[in-house]
Amino acid sequence: MAIRREDVERIAELARLELSPDRLDQVAGQLSRVLDFVAMLEKLELNADPPAETAPAEALRDDVPNGRRLGAEIATAQAPEAEHGFFIVPPIVENLNP
Amino acid sequence: MSAPDLWKLPAAALAAGVREGRVRAAAAAESGWSGPAARWETEVHAVVHASPAARSRGAAAVQGGVLAGVPVVLKDNLCTTDYPTTCGSRILDGWTSPYDATVVRRLREAGAVITAKGNMDEFAMGSSTEFSAYGPTRNPFDLTRVPGGSSGGPAAAVAYGLAPLGLGSDTGGSVRQPAAFCGVYGLKPTYGRLSRYGLVAFGSSLDQVGIFARHAGDVALAYATLAGNDPWDATTRPDPAPDVSRWDRGIEGLRFGWPANLWREGVEPEVVEGLDEAAERMERAGATRVPIEFLPGEFGVAAYYLVATAEASSNLARFDGVRYGLRVPGCDDLAALYSESRSRGFGPEVQRRILLGTYALSAGYYDAYYLRAHRARARIRAEYASAFARCDFMLLPAAPTRAFRLGEKLEDPLAMYLSDVFTIGANLAGIPGLTCPLGRLAGGLPLAVQLLGPHDGEPVLLRAARAIEVKGARERLAAEHEVEFAWPTK
Repeated sequence: MAIRREDVERIAELARLELSPDRLDQVAGQLSRVLDFVAMLEKLELNADPPAETAPAEALRDDVPNGRRLGAEIATAQAPEAEHGFFIVPPIVENLNP
Repeated sequence: MSAPDLWKLPAAALAAGVREGRVRAAAAAESGWSGPAARWETEVHAVVHASPAARSRGAAAVQGGVLAGVPVVLKDNLCTTDYPTTCGSRILDGWTSPYDATVVRRLREAGAVITAKGNMDEFAMGSSTEFSAYGPTRNPFDLTRVPGGSSGGPAAAVAYGLAPLGLGSDTGGSVRQPAAFCGVYGLKPTYGRLSRYGLVAFGSSLDQVGIFARHAGDVALAYATLAGNDPWDATTRPDPAPDVSRWDRGIEGLRFGWPANLWREGVEPEVVEGLDEAAERMERAGATRVPIEFLPGEFGVAAYYLVATAEASSNLARFDGVRYGLRVPGCDDLAALYSESRSRGFGPEVQRRILLGTYALSAGYYDAYYLRAHRARARIRAEYASAFARCDFMLLPAAPTRAFRLGEKLEDPLAMYLSDVFTIGANLAGIPGLTCPLGRLAGGLPLAVQLLGPHDGEPVLLRAARAIEVKGARERLAAEHEVEFAWPTK
């Protein structure tokens, strides 16, 4: 099944990526070929197979500090913009009380 | 042994020399840079970060250890405090980690000196190292060809002699395929045996740190040094890692699986001849061939490119221009900051995979793609489990062809993905795989085979690698290697 230009536009927005108009068509073509290929999975008899588990259950631990610590100064040291141990970003809400 | 020849020594011998005071740690650490790199690095471009100051600080800190003074080249997605970590991406240009990856810390504790960060496909997405934002690496055996990928930098560096050991990461074959293209050993350990803490994540259920070396014994030494539980990686296994110290005990009485249906078509004849040669060597060493019919690798590739891209789309969400890396200035709102920084920071292959993964996870497509891929993954695991009930390890190609030419698959993502058809299954199943060099083809390019084992099968894989090695391949390779790389007569 082919993926359309509009689909690429929609998922690009979900993935926070901006594609130029020419790239949208190119990527739609490339992803369509990959999706046509992965469609072969429909040929596998899979009903009896549960989804694969990936993480060992014994990995859970108590919710207490484990000694690993990255202080605010170090964590923000290489940020594009930071002040007093905080990351600076553009406004995310309008100023309601100017 | 004179200083100019130190780079030829296996890691084990070099470390012994340093421990016994015959070799200075600084001379050992500099051996690759003062010898082969001076001749080869400009053309091969295996290295993205190097620092004489960091090398000399590293050498000064050596206090014995099983890897005393041994130079190691790391793939640039392993975090280091003394070199930048850029993952082959513009989005991390100039970033240096505030901490060392656990595997890096263990290397340093064992006396190793990090002497370079190696080139890679951006965020480990690629099979040729052409998707690095810092330019491609070339195959040291033929500069018109790729070294494989995504860990092409460390593979090429170990091949030409910059270091006897390298670390990469293997999510779908990114250690084993470049090892094959560059004629070195490449081990992807069992999932959960080497810590991923400080390895920049791509597909977390598939990623595993892997080892490059020119000698099978050095792979065993590095595995023994690095494997083990890490409280900072919850997916590492709590029980002790298998003992690989008897890697040279032979393979008398072992059974190796022979899934010949996998290479009936689409595989270069020379690769098939290599398999025949390896199988004959194993039989002469006392192992028995067990024919096996195996699920075609294309199913694994299909499942992989849904699971890996889905996980990548989530893992790479952290690169948003806020906490580290590239930020496009002058954005009025946060959404624009995210999308402009990510669009400018990520290269085309990374963007393609994020889009594919986002699509596979998106509402309405989840069951058809992601869930189906996970069921296929379970099926593939079951296939391996049933194969390993009948044999101790399996012999198969590492890649369908020898190293391909630069540019050959750059515009065809699917063709690039299919170069991993023989390696991806091990990542889906979490089992170990080892690429073993066999020698060189008529044109001079390396030829290799791959061994796969059951979970914790590393000891058997290393024994089998040794069985091929002692039959003369390693010696033949070393002699040619010396002509090719030690003396600049090209």
